[in-house]
Amino acid sequence: MTAPAYDSPHAARSTRPPSEDYGPSVPGFEASGGDWDEIAREAIGEERIVVNMGPQHPSTHGVLRLMLEIDGEMVTEARCGIGYLHTGIEKNMEYRTWTQGTTFCTRMDYLAPLFQETAYCLGTERLLGITDDIPERASVIRVLMMELNRVASHLVCLGTGGNEMGATTVMTIGFTAREEILRLFEAITGLRMNHAYVRPGGVATDAPEGFTDQVRAALPKVRGYLGQLGDLMLANPIFKSRLTDVGVLNLAGCFALGITGPVLRSAGHPYDVRKAFPYSGYETYDFDVPTDTAADSYSRVVLRLEECYQSLKIVEQCLQRLDDTEGARVMVADKKIAWPAQLSVGADGQGNSLDHIRHIMGNSMEALIHHFKLVTEGFGVPAGQTWQTVEHPRGELGVHLVSDGGTRPYRAHFRDPSFNNLQAVSVLCEGGQVADVVVAVASLDPVLGGVDR
Amino acid sequence: MTAGEGREVARGGHDLPEPTAELVAERTGMFGAHDTGDTSGYGGLVRTVTMPPAATRPYGSWFDEAVDVLAEVLDEQGVAFGDAVERVMITDPRRSAEGDGPSLDAELTLYVAREHLVRVCQVLRDDQDLRFELSLGVSGVHYPEDAGRELHAVYHLTSVTHARRLRLEVTCPDADPHVPTTTGVYPTNDWHERETWDFFGIVFDGHPGLARIEMPDDWPGHPQRKDYPLGGIPVEYKGATVPPPDTRRQYS
Repeated sequence: MTAPAYDSPHAARSTRPPSEDYGPSVPGFEASGGDWDEIAREAIGEERIVVNMGPQHPSTHGVLRLMLEIDGEMVTEARCGIGYLHTGIEKNMEYRTWTQGTTFCTRMDYLAPLFQETAYCLGTERLLGITDDIPERASVIRVLMMELNRVASHLVCLGTGGNEMGATTVMTIGFTAREEILRLFEAITGLRMNHAYVRPGGVATDAPEGFTDQVRAALPKVRGYLGQLGDLMLANPIFKSRLTDVGVLNLAGCFALGITGPVLRSAGHPYDVRKAFPYSGYETYDFDVPTDTAADSYSRVVLRLEECYQSLKIVEQCLQRLDDTEGARVMVADKKIAWPAQLSVGADGQGNSLDHIRHIMGNSMEALIHHFKLVTEGFGVPAGQTWQTVEHPRGELGVHLVSDGGTRPYRAHFRDPSFNNLQAVSVLCEGGQVADVVVAVASLDPVLGGVDR
Repeated sequence: MTAGEGREVARGGHDLPEPTAELVAERTGMFGAHDTGDTSGYGGLVRTVTMPPAATRPYGSWFDEAVDVLAEVLDEQGVAFGDAVERVMITDPRRSAEGDGPSLDAELTLYVAREHLVRVCQVLRDDQDLRFELSLGVSGVHYPEDAGRELHAVYHLTSVTHARRLRLEVTCPDADPHVPTTTGVYPTNDWHERETWDFFGIVFDGHPGLARIEMPDDWPGHPQRKDYPLGGIPVEYKGATVPPPDTRRQYS
């Protein structure tokens, strides 16, 4: 056993006594498995301890794998391993029509499905050149759904983040509140997740009767739960001491690493795609972009809570507009693109437009042919490429779509904010304590479905 | 200060080739059938796949200004604009025929020669009139029929300062799939370049650790290339067989 290297950069801060004190048998390793063996062998050679955390670890938000090199309680190196949830969604989208693509991208970030759907559809509409033709009601419904989704996503972030630190009540309240929102999703899309509700040209179906009242009834409950969460977390001394000054990433670091969303805003920059590059009519809504300057995990919690309130403010404005546009179209008028969107729900839960069926089956052979071609072949999209971004709960979600003029995407690429933000794990964790890794990763709020796609 | 103010800007002085629609591929027939089984009557159909042509001056909006500033700064550094930027493209499906200038949806694409990519990125990031300080990653596209330029790496840059967006596109041949890394300018492109290597096999020279990121380390091939099969098995449903998606009838 060699003498400890006191001139190494970490030695001065080390909490571990010189290794002679332990005797020759320490440190010891129990290692098994292919890759892991090699890492440990390498580690013993350099007297490092490498801890593998995940991919099956409850605090890694799914299947994130963290490889931590530790010195006592201090993390000297942190690296991410991802790819455990890669399902080739982007590749699959190249083999489906433009409309079917929305059923694929909704499955990427499963906590924020409506953002992928909307970003993808906005991109498709941009390639089609029909951005201005999207009915206002469809845009309002999209905004409403996205903002409700933002609240639901932040609630999971706060809830699971609390749970990882042992605050189970935070988790139960977060998920109870999210349930209220998922019920609203179910009322309008028929599903709690994997909606495929936003479609190129508009949305799949209009909001059902009484939907705005249902949302209005749910909002005070959500607001109440948010209040409870705030009471439980924000002034709690244990919570504060676990989060304050943990996972700090300053503004320069955020820009260098391309970090957007609440993490960037916690460093003081009010960059929000809804304000900087408005889409779906966000420039007409009244809301604020909260920022902080502490750039730590605690400020990100505060910001996420505040963003929930801002989202509810937008939701209320949407409800007013929905009431004002009752009965208006929710799908673009161009019949070469529009799927029937005034659906009624049958006994089996499946939606059909009865008028449309009557028309194609009873009145017009040409309409039947057209419907058949639209659904099986799909519509052609002019050749070209586009880049559309939306403000996702975790940052800027970008969609790069390439069309070769055919009825299927030639290439669909999603720049998922979780994927990008995970690059910051090393910066957030190195030099901190092992227990802070969990907090720092939770403050990034990665969702591995989006990371791996 | 608005972009370009106080600069001596020479407009239209760049030596760019005449705009032509870019032929990407040629497809024949329809429904994906290429043997005698095609009784559709569409067997003789020939469809050319073209990408929109390069843009001509004036580009409109802020595009002229930004391109001029970039040309000027590159010129100061001793690089001819025509060498660094192969073509300038504006994609704008909503642009009206009357020539009212680009719509709000217009997007600017610069096709950059790979040997000048890092320099162009550096200028775009650092010049006060450009300030594309936020990179939103790298995306790859595979055009197997575009001989000599099969692999494209696409970079999306955002200027938070000026609220602008820009796309850089770099091409490389399949036989020599090398592009210099941009991680020196935009550290965020680290994982995005790894992803593009993983899925398309583009080698980013100088990258600090160009390992696969989504696929297992020992995976053969690069899955997002067009010559890589999607895979899948036929599924029986109610007596009928549904073929895997990549062997189904196709229309384009």
